[in-house]
Amino acid sequence: MGMNPEIQTSVAAPLPPGSEQDALLKRVTGELTDKGFVIAKLDDLVNWIRTGSLWPMTFGLACCAVEMMHAYVSRYDLDRFGVVPRPSPRQSDVIIVAGTLTNKMAPAFRKVYDQMAEPRYVISMGSCANGGGYYHYSYSVVRGCNRVVPVDIYIPGCPPTAEALIYGILQLQKKIRRTGTLWR
Amino acid sequence: MDLALQELGEYIAAALPEEIVETEIGFGELTVLAQRGAAATVLTFLRDDVNCQFQQLLDVCGVDYPERELRFDVVYNLLSLTHNRRIRVKVRTDEETPVPSVTGVFSSANWWERETWDLMGILFSDHPDLRRIMTDYGFEGHPLRKEFPTTGYVEVRYDDELKRVVYEPVKLVQEYRTFDFLSPWEGVQALLPGDEKAAKEDG
Repeated sequence: MGMNPEIQTSVAAPLPPGSEQDALLKRVTGELTDKGFVIAKLDDLVNWIRTGSLWPMTFGLACCAVEMMHAYVSRYDLDRFGVVPRPSPRQSDVIIVAGTLTNKMAPAFRKVYDQMAEPRYVISMGSCANGGGYYHYSYSVVRGCNRVVPVDIYIPGCPPTAEALIYGILQLQKKIRRTGTLWR
Repeated sequence: MDLALQELGEYIAAALPEEIVETEIGFGELTVLAQRGAAATVLTFLRDDVNCQFQQLLDVCGVDYPERELRFDVVYNLLSLTHNRRIRVKVRTDEETPVPSVTGVFSSANWWERETWDLMGILFSDHPDLRRIMTDYGFEGHPLRKEFPTTGYVEVRYDDELKRVVYEPVKLVQEYRTFDFLSPWEGVQALLPGDEKAAKEDG
């Protein structure tokens, strides 16, 4: 009934800002004022919601955390992407492992990960979280946080720049869109 | 500067003839070697004496000399803001003999002594709460001792069946690389290339 074939478009490839996007938005607005509802594909809608509000668990472990803070605040402003740091794992969708994961921290980290609700994602940020990095041969450091949790995105660097972290988050959004499952 | 330090050293040695073994000047600082049992006495004197006034304890740490019979040095670094001067107090001990705690003199020594116990395995007697402070819960060994391997003995991983983090013996994918310190590419050289020519010209 409300289905207008002209409005159907794939969320997997978002339209860049421009006349084409304006035209589409105008059509959607027209549809809304005319009929009061629009119809979309459920999985596209779910993906749009998931990628648009990736709330990360605040998990800064070392110097990478400083770079993560830079990404959150005004210059890079991850808030634009709907990325708002949360203090509780129960409110989080993604955990950014920013820094050196030590043996002593590993059980606590796993506990935090286990408390996160599905769907949950993990971003491993920096050499230390990726594979131990500088502390690979240390007696007290986990040689990569993938020994403890499954990792979705690895960001290289020591520490990675704020841009690199943002790029990693955009890659995660892309991955979520591509995977496109309702339950996992 | 050295003269003033020497004077201070002689003054301390004269004031505590029983407790001080020797004094020497190294790296622009006075080092006082004290009897093991007298650490607290020496530190109290250095804190309260009007000519010393070392009122801040900056650090307590251990040094391992495996070739020595009394293999450990416990080092107390003190600072006097009044006289703008620093001093280093050392006592010697081995694995079994405890060093009397100085928490009664400087309460800040509490955690540093725990750290020294944790990382070097040096015992402190009369410490209010001598337990590990930095290493993992249930950690075995003292990692800053010379015989402790850098990679340690255990590593962790999450076990999907047990649903918890488990400890396993270390299994390295790539061997630990020991650096060749004589190589000009890998080692750190005390001399800069070309310095030997300057020495030749002087002599």
